[in-house]
Formats: sequence, C-alpha cells, structure tokens
Amino acid sequence: MAELHLSGVQKIYPNGYHAIHGIDLGVADGEFIVLVGPSGCGKSTLLRMVAGLETVSDGTIDIGGRVVNNLEPADRDIAMVFQNYALYPHMKVYDNMAYGLRNRGMAKDEIDRRVREAAGILEIEPMLDRRPNQLSGGQRQRVAMGRAIVREPSVFLFDEPLSNLDAKLRVQMRVEIKRLQRRLGITSLYVTHDQVEAMTMADRLVVMNGGRAEQIGTPIELYDRPETTFVATFIGSPSMNLLEGTVAEGGTSVALDSGASINLPDPRADLAGRSVTLGVRPEHLTPAADGSGMTLRLDLVEALGADTLLHGHLDGDERRLVTVRLSGHFAPGQDSVQVAATDAVHLFDRETGGRI
Amino acid sequence: MVENRPYLTVLSHLVVILGIIITVMPIWITFVASTHPIEHIMDGTIPMWPGDKFFENYATVLGAGVADAGGIPVGTMLFNSLVMALSITIGKIAISLIAAYAIVYFDFPFRMACFWLIFITLMLPVEVRILPTFAVVANLGLLNSYVGLSLPLIASATATFLFRQFFLTVPEELAEAARIDGAGPWKFFKDILLPLSRTNIAALFVILFIYGWNQYLWPLLVTTDESFYTIVMGIQRMTQAAESLPLWHLVMATTMLAMLPPVIVVVVMQKLFVKGLVETEK
Repeated sequence: MAELHLSGVQKIYPNGYHAIHGIDLGVADGEFIVLVGPSGCGKSTLLRMVAGLETVSDGTIDIGGRVVNNLEPADRDIAMVFQNYALYPHMKVYDNMAYGLRNRGMAKDEIDRRVREAAGILEIEPMLDRRPNQLSGGQRQRVAMGRAIVREPSVFLFDEPLSNLDAKLRVQMRVEIKRLQRRLGITSLYVTHDQVEAMTMADRLVVMNGGRAEQIGTPIELYDRPETTFVATFIGSPSMNLLEGTVAEGGTSVALDSGASINLPDPRADLAGRSVTLGVRPEHLTPAADGSGMTLRLDLVEALGADTLLHGHLDGDERRLVTVRLSGHFAPGQDSVQVAATDAVHLFDRETGGRI
Repeated sequence: MVENRPYLTVLSHLVVILGIIITVMPIWITFVASTHPIEHIMDGTIPMWPGDKFFENYATVLGAGVADAGGIPVGTMLFNSLVMALSITIGKIAISLIAAYAIVYFDFPFRMACFWLIFITLMLPVEVRILPTFAVVANLGLLNSYVGLSLPLIASATATFLFRQFFLTVPEELAEAARIDGAGPWKFFKDILLPLSRTNIAALFVILFIYGWNQYLWPLLVTTDESFYTIVMGIQRMTQAAESLPLWHLVMATTMLAMLPPVIVVVVMQKLFVKGLVETEK
C-alpha cells in the first residue's frame, strides 16, 4: 500500500513523437484512479511507464516514496492486469499465479497460502489445475486478477482489462474489480476508453487527450463542471450538445448562430457580446410548453424504455445535430419539438474550448 | 464436402489405393529381395514373396558386414548415422532457437542485418559451399570425426526463420507479464518460450532428423576412415563392389535397416509433428 506520485512525466519516442506532454498526478493510498481518453491519447503509455515497460523521458514516478524511474518492473512493487490477460498458456492456473512469487524465491508454503487465498477471494479454487485455454473469458480475467493479487503489490495497474469481455460480463466484472479493490485497499491505476466504466469505477478520473491531462477530478466534478469542451463531450452518454452562439446584451441569454435563443439560468453580464460555445447535456433539455428555446427537427427517436432519445437538428442549421434525453415516453408522430435548457448550461470559449 | 455419391467414393478409394501401391511397391520389393539368397535375385525374375533367408541375410549385414564392401558391419554405420543425424538435429534446433530469440526479443545494432544475413544463406544449399567448407574442416583437422560430420551442417537458416516466425506470433504481453513477474531473459526463454515452442521443436526435429540421416555427399567427402562411414554412403559403396556382382540381397537388407530409424522417428513424433504444423492457438 502506497501513494503514487507522477511529476512532469513525459514520453518522447526515439522517432521524435511526443506521446506524453508532462503529467502531474498525485494518487492517495488506496485511491482508484481511472485514466480515460480516446485511442492514442497516451493513457496506456502512461500506465506502461508506471509499470516500467516503457522508459520515462522526463519527470519522475514515485511509488511509496521511492523514485522508480530506473527500476525493473519486477522491482517496482506493482502488479499489472493486461487487456488480453497475458496468462502463460502452458501453465496451470496455479502456476500462472505462483510464477512471479517463485521467481522472487518465496518459500513454497507461503506461495501456496497466497495462491489459495487469492483463489478463494476470486472463487477460482476449482480451476487451479486447469490451463488457461480451458477457461472462459471471465474466468481468465479472474486468474489475471489473481496473479496480480498474490503479489500483494503497492499499486495495481489495469490496462483495459474488461474490453475483451461481453457486455454483460463486463458490468459484472466492473463491480467485482471495484469491490475487490475496496476490500484490499490497494492503490490502483486503471486505463479504459469506456467512459461508463470510468465514471462508475473511479474515485477520481484523469481525462486524457493528445498526451495531456485535460482534467482531473471526481466523476461528479467532471460531469458537473467540465473544464473543456473535450471533457464535456467525452464524459456523459450521450454526449453533451455543443452549440455556437453569442452572449446577448445583459448576459441573460445566448443567441445561437442558427437563430434561436437560449436563456441562461445564471446571468453572465461579464460575457455580453462574447462568442461562446454553449454546452447542454441531452438530459438537461426539456420540451418547452411556452414556445421559448429552440426548435428541433427530429431525425430519429430511440425509445430505451426508461427514457427516450430524440436525435434531430436545429431548425435553420442542418449540420447542427442535437440530442435530447427525455425521461418516460415520447408521443410518436411529431416531426419537430420545441426544447429549452433547464438549469445546467455550460459556457466555453469558442476559440480555446476552455470553460468560462 | 460431405457428399454421398457411391461412384465418387469408389473413385477416391481407387486413387488412394493406387497411390499406396505406387509408394509401397518398391519398399515391398526391397524387403522381399532382402529375404532371398543372391541366386534368386540374379536369375532374371524378381520374386514377389519373401524367401527363407531373412535371418541369415540380416545377421550377415548386422554382424560381419559385407566383405566386398570393406566389411564394415551395418551396426557401426547405423550408429554413425545416428550420431550424425542427432548431432545435426539437436544442434540445429538449439542454435536456431537461440538465434531467433536474439533477433525477435533483443534490440541490438544491426539486428535486421543479422536477420537478413541468416536469411540469405537459405539461398545457398550445402552443395554450393561444399568445397570451401571442406577446406575449413580439413584445416581444422576435423576429417574423420563426428564433429566434422555434423558441425558444418548445424547452422540453419530455415529453422531460425521458422522459430522467428513463431516467436513473432507470441503475444508481446506475455514477455511483459514475465518481466513484471521478475523473469529475466534467460528465465523467460526457459520457462515460457521453450515450452510454448514444444510442438514446433517436435515438427522440426522430425524434418531435421530425416535431413541429417539422409546426408550423403558430405559424409562421403569428410570420411576416409571406414569406422566413420554412415549408412547412406555405405549402401552406395556396397553397390559398387569391385570385381564382383553387387550382393543385392545384402544391399536390400541394409537399405531396409537404413529406413528404419527415420520411420521410427516419424511414427513416434507424428502426433506432435502434425500439431506443430497446424496449431494456431497460442
């Protein structure tokens, strides 16, 4: 159990590609941090640098008060769960879990105790004598977890461990991993591109984009106060609607480029006349009875049961697509709907995409 | 392909049976000839059924040897061939495994150059480089020795290439997991890569053993001492017996014996051999 500190960590590949542009992150003891971002954002690279599988070009990685930049992965007191599990195909489950401990020269009975204990926690005791190819995907996932647990590491590293599982199993394993991490209280770094996984599992999230940490915070912070349009659209499903417009005189509303006007719940007199990107989440748009707000031409209605997703475009701007999430059902047959924003409206600078 | 047409069944069986006859017939004749006295073979008609000299003929070749062919007992030649074939096979596999491991898993200067250097030697069969190789072996004083018989044939581009291709299919994460598990390069090779290559090694063992066993030209060149003669060149010498007709019945018996070890290797390792050629799951 330990804290993990990254300061100014950079990765520059020999071919000059700058993959990570200086990440600072402090992880408290026992905290569950999720690195999330689109493909190629550098999240896996960062994780692999912590693991010691990639060299650190600049900055320091500190695990439990010890700078580990130049240590071999085996000496860093970490354990890693790989996306494809990376189980040794020719070894039995027991040996897969025991291999790392044997390499450390641990006593046989201590190895046995740890493997059986981990197998008990993960409920894989009956499979200890099988080989990985005799196991299902979920069981292999558990063995990979078990291999990490037996090491009793300071830090757990997960590299998209659930992406090879089917949807149902993924939800189940998500809960199990989170519960297990709570129970063991081991500091964890978890990489995923799935924002639902990220939101549900993380104590804190690091949203990465283009090798930079766009925002670090709790899931609710990121949902309620995204600092950039990137975070705003990445967190939350369906994505936040972004609409270009200009703040009206007095700052009480935003005149959209397409013609409609959206009222601001909190007047922003300081921004009057400024070009902004207005962000509003699909679930914060509601039908407006009084004719205010904007007119949405419906393209597609998806009934999900509990709620209904309306996909459409703004009247007057074919390309400006908007999604609305309504709770309950939606009367079919309408080809347009009048919607207005409720309280949660976000304003971003149109040039930089930063929150204002 | 699951069709039930009687004519097709008959036809395909006919083709198979024909194929078997073509393949087995010469071996059968060889066997039959090895069980007759020499007179039966030389009188113009080839017997089709085994004669009564089976034990006599085989005892002669295994024990005393054929006087007209230098009198080397076949047992000695079989042993020489076995030593040579095994040395070549094991040496080739060991060297190729290590070379492929270096090329795939280690990043060193001129790595690709090394790979291509090995690879282009595929284009040069033994016969092309046989004179310089002979000169080297002769200068090293390795003529008439097991080392001289096997060492020059050990380097193998084919096996190196095959192992390289196999190693490339082993997921990279396996090596990384091993690193995290504290396995160094040697441990990873021994504990993980080698066991995973088991079927490939078996397949290559079969192929290379037969290759080594059937070597003819090279042993012919480097051995002048009869005690180092191998069985394949021994057969050839028997057929060229000086001042007398070849003792065909004994030549055939020797041939049967020469066929035996490769057959045993194939039969014993068949299961692994096929697995090594078709297996895709890692």
